[in-house]
Amino acid sequence: MYLTPEEENTLDGEYGRSLQKAIEILVALGDIYGADRLIPVKSAQIAGVSYKTIGDAGLEWISDLEGEVRIPSVLNPAGMDIARWDEMGIDPFFAKKQQEIIEAYARLGIQTKCTCTPYYLEGFDVRMDDHIAWSESSAVSYANSVIGARTNREGGPSALAAALVGKTANYGYHLDHMREPVIAVEIDCHLEGADYGALGYIAGKDIGSRVAIFHMKDIPSKDEMKSLGAAMAASGAVALYHIEGVTPEAVRNKFTRPEETITVERKQIDDVYEANKEIDSTEIITVGCPHCSPKELQEIAELVDGKKLRKEMWVCTAREVAQRHPDLVRKIEKSGAKIVCDTCMVVSPAANRYSSMTVNSGKALAYVPSMCKVAARYATIADCIKEAGVLDEN
Amino acid sequence: MRINCRTISRGVAEGEVLLTHDAISFLGNVDPETGIVVEPQHELYGQSIGGRILVFPHGKGSTVGSYVIYQLFKNNVAPAAMINLESEPIVAVGAIISGIPLVDRLEKDPFGLLKNGDRVVVNSTDAFVMIKK
Repeated sequence: MYLTPEEENTLDGEYGRSLQKAIEILVALGDIYGADRLIPVKSAQIAGVSYKTIGDAGLEWISDLEGEVRIPSVLNPAGMDIARWDEMGIDPFFAKKQQEIIEAYARLGIQTKCTCTPYYLEGFDVRMDDHIAWSESSAVSYANSVIGARTNREGGPSALAAALVGKTANYGYHLDHMREPVIAVEIDCHLEGADYGALGYIAGKDIGSRVAIFHMKDIPSKDEMKSLGAAMAASGAVALYHIEGVTPEAVRNKFTRPEETITVERKQIDDVYEANKEIDSTEIITVGCPHCSPKELQEIAELVDGKKLRKEMWVCTAREVAQRHPDLVRKIEKSGAKIVCDTCMVVSPAANRYSSMTVNSGKALAYVPSMCKVAARYATIADCIKEAGVLDEN
Repeated sequence: MRINCRTISRGVAEGEVLLTHDAISFLGNVDPETGIVVEPQHELYGQSIGGRILVFPHGKGSTVGSYVIYQLFKNNVAPAAMINLESEPIVAVGAIISGIPLVDRLEKDPFGLLKNGDRVVVNSTDAFVMIKK
């Protein structure tokens, strides 16, 4: 792998031990995957935030690092809402450790916004063909597929290394030929809203870690593509997909159609909604996986307007998005639903104390049963609110 | 005998070989407090990897495994060095953040060359492994 004299000096420790470790990580990954050089990246999103995941060892490693990130950098969701953890029933010891982790990242100049949707944040406006180093699987899928930017699915330390050095190794999805579809997915019916999460939940299992190209009857919205990609990254390991005539690279590149084709039928989508139907009443309803866009908050606000909900309902979003839309937050919380920031139903231990949950996300459907040991049912956003039960309408 | 290899994580260490043909998932297979392999299905079940030159094909499993390696290092029960057939990111990143020398792609098959208890030096800074016996 070619290194510039400056990079060689960094690797030899001339700029301190932290930068040396950081570039050593990038070079090792580059060697493993056959990269030719390091390339500049525009922003980083760093995994390894929840205390549940990284523990004391991770906290110690981050605390031991010195220096400052060179590019706009942000964090993955944490294990709790940083401001309202007490209300969520989070253990104070866990909360203290979680705060320490976030403070350790802040000392390195990382913006302590914890979200799986960095593309909604100011300073993270990624464009087509931009190289970035992001971690969270749905954010990686959105950046690669919906925006046409370029990122591998970074681990926590490699994303942090990229943030400190401002570069990443040039391999994988940074390269043109790795972005070509190798499997086609034919959709023989019309889809809408939560259908896309259900489609991702089904298709991800067959696609695995390959690059797919979808042939659809409809043109999905960005929020629908967000749901599709998030679900495929959870039920499979899809980091990049194309939709013929829709996603930017499919429009620009005119890919040759892959030989292997799978077909998804309406019946398969409907089956996702039917699963666990025997649970006639779920304890909690959670939406916002991935974190809600302003448009999704708007839709929820309209659906709950003037209603009082019977059951616990979480609406997960990025803190910055919530702060930019105080009117929507007020409307939603007036119904009794909670706006939950910095975290979600999948990564917060607060979700584990329920026995059953209704979700409108294929990603949550894939993870909630295994990671939270909670039975999950799938529904459209409108049916999620019906499930929450309306106590009072005025 | 000196064998050339590829550097993944720089450093120099000497110790006794502990060899396994099984891949290792550090998260789940190894107790971070003691360095003992706790997975009953693993070839090294019940043995401590602490202070050894750990020879294994490659890592597998969760990326949290990198932090488990760091935990082993903090608890003084990490391997002195590691030799892989072909390194992958989990073990590579764990070795680098812990300062444990790691090499792969030895010019001769380590499984044919090394056996448990052999005394070897892993000099990954200069990309070679030396067998002292």
